[in-house]
Amino acid sequence: MNKPYSADTAFRGKFAYKNSDAGILRFPFPFAEDGYMYSVNIEPHVRGGPSEAFHHVFDVDEHYVAECEERAIVLAEDPARCQVLPHMMQAQWDTLELMMESLAEDYPEHFSLEKEGDRWTWTNRLLDIRDSFTFGDALSLPYEPFEYITRQGQGDFTLQDQRNDNLFLDGGMVTTQADWSLNFDLGMSFHEWHGPVPKAHEMGVFDRALKFLLRLPYGRPVRRLNWTMTINPRLDTSPENYSVWGPDRATVTPENVGEKVHLRVEVQTLFRLPRSNAILFGIRCYLISLAELSRVPKWRRRLHRVLQGLDPALQDYKGLVRYRPMAIDYLVDDGAPTSPGIQSDLTSL
Amino acid sequence: MIVPSQIPYRVREVEKLSPTLKRFYLEAADGGALPPSSAGAHVVLTIPGVHRTWKNAYSISSTPGERESYSIIVRRVLNSRGGSVQMHEGVTAGDVINGAVPHNLFALSRAGRKHVLIAGGIGITPLLSHAAALHGGEAPFELHQFSSKAEIPVFERLLGVYAGHAQVHGPGGEAEAVEAILTHQPLGAHVYVCGPPLLIELVVRTAEQLGWPTAAIHHESFGDHSAGAPFTAMLAKSKIEIAVGPDQSLLEAIEAVGVQAPYLCRGGACGQCMTRVIAGEPDHRDDVLTPEERAAGELIMTCVSRAKTPRLVLDL
Repeated sequence: MNKPYSADTAFRGKFAYKNSDAGILRFPFPFAEDGYMYSVNIEPHVRGGPSEAFHHVFDVDEHYVAECEERAIVLAEDPARCQVLPHMMQAQWDTLELMMESLAEDYPEHFSLEKEGDRWTWTNRLLDIRDSFTFGDALSLPYEPFEYITRQGQGDFTLQDQRNDNLFLDGGMVTTQADWSLNFDLGMSFHEWHGPVPKAHEMGVFDRALKFLLRLPYGRPVRRLNWTMTINPRLDTSPENYSVWGPDRATVTPENVGEKVHLRVEVQTLFRLPRSNAILFGIRCYLISLAELSRVPKWRRRLHRVLQGLDPALQDYKGLVRYRPMAIDYLVDDGAPTSPGIQSDLTSL
Repeated sequence: MIVPSQIPYRVREVEKLSPTLKRFYLEAADGGALPPSSAGAHVVLTIPGVHRTWKNAYSISSTPGERESYSIIVRRVLNSRGGSVQMHEGVTAGDVINGAVPHNLFALSRAGRKHVLIAGGIGITPLLSHAAALHGGEAPFELHQFSSKAEIPVFERLLGVYAGHAQVHGPGGEAEAVEAILTHQPLGAHVYVCGPPLLIELVVRTAEQLGWPTAAIHHESFGDHSAGAPFTAMLAKSKIEIAVGPDQSLLEAIEAVGVQAPYLCRGGACGQCMTRVIAGEPDHRDDVLTPEERAAGELIMTCVSRAKTPRLVLDL
């Protein structure tokens, strides 16, 4: 796997982050039609689908090494980005097992897992890691099991305990977030941590989603897409660091909008964990600049139309108000029709 | 992991615990490891018979997380719909039975400071996995088994490993015993009950009267309450009319004509089999729909509910 840049210049400083041509074509574009409103857009998480990003249980792409390095930088500055409540230890081991088994099965060239009873050996060739440990013995790993394995994964992860017919956000590794705080939300129930989302409560989206998730079966994970926009390719747009990234919004001009403004897509996955009966929520963040995205004509004109028709409450919630007109102007709508679905309709760039 | 919803299990061993109780040990038919299960989980087995098959839910009674085999305990019930008799008489070591991967509708509350487990008869099975998960852990637990006189030795043997935690109560004085159990528990305690409907009602009512928070009262009932008068169901999308027999659930009748219908728990608890009713009046027997949804009569859980009218029209 090539390593075009390191984390200290990719997601901060020079913002050297770039998608290759193949990276653009595999981008999980989130809009299946020319408009957007909230829905319970949950589908089975099976290997396959219109974007290559869906072809593995946990997607590993060209940004893997840089994103793991970026996570380490954020954790060094703020260890509270990874917290798990004490009653979730079994869910920690469930997560470690799920991620190790899935990564080793999907990417045998990069990862391997050898087991002799409870004695496991994990090899991560991309990060040059090889550790032997005892499954179930947290002291045999350099970190607690959830932190250990999510330091080696792209995207954020949270652990939801299921009790009282509700889900509680009782743990997480959150360094690539769209303006929400694990430290603030830790311990909250499903409706509490979704409190700030506009409109969807009235639509009954969260009531139905919670009912669905409470009966999520083991072995049949689901996924959904979510999106927002971010200025500069920053993974860490946290409330804790608002003073760092917030002012970026005022730096967008008609000249730099294509390079500065990024569509930020989250491929969210939900897994029932087998021993703990908890739910692992993966929030995998993908970034693409408007300049990169515009190389796919269908996506360019569709994003133009989505932004044009976006509900004012969603513009405000997603923080797009200041630069939305510039983005719409940049994404020229040639009036051509768009096919249904999220696929690029291209085989090469 | 992404796993198939149905996997083949091989019966490794059958152990006779009493004249009517048999313990079956199930392993993965392909020789690999089973999915780990959580405390309180069950499997739905597809039990083959000569003239029909049964899909019955059985709680996993072995230690959670164990991947070599699961154990289930089946009571032979003569007047049931027949699945348990078939398990007792038709299933032996070496047989391969298809079944679902484990699913949990009766999990332990990890926030509980103490766990009080109460079982009646064969209702002990999910609580055996609860006890195995709690044994040696930080939160204290106690287990109370209500039993017929004849089976006291059977349950005492089953619960022998939990000496100091478990107590077997003989028949008579259940109301007083339950009240005594629930009266002096510390704040933060959770109670779990499984067994005959009367015992579940007794425990839930007593706990409520003693001021236990609703969220601390847990019960599961896989009682066979899907039988009743026969009726017909029109599957509108499939354009098939089916007869639902007296000893058959609506879901089983739908499956018998080859129509794929959603399901998970087959016990009226999970809501996965919810289907839209186009005409006719459902006889609701599930635990999912709200009183308002029941009154509206537009939805039905096919796994347990039936019809008050001779005919239902379903959106299937």
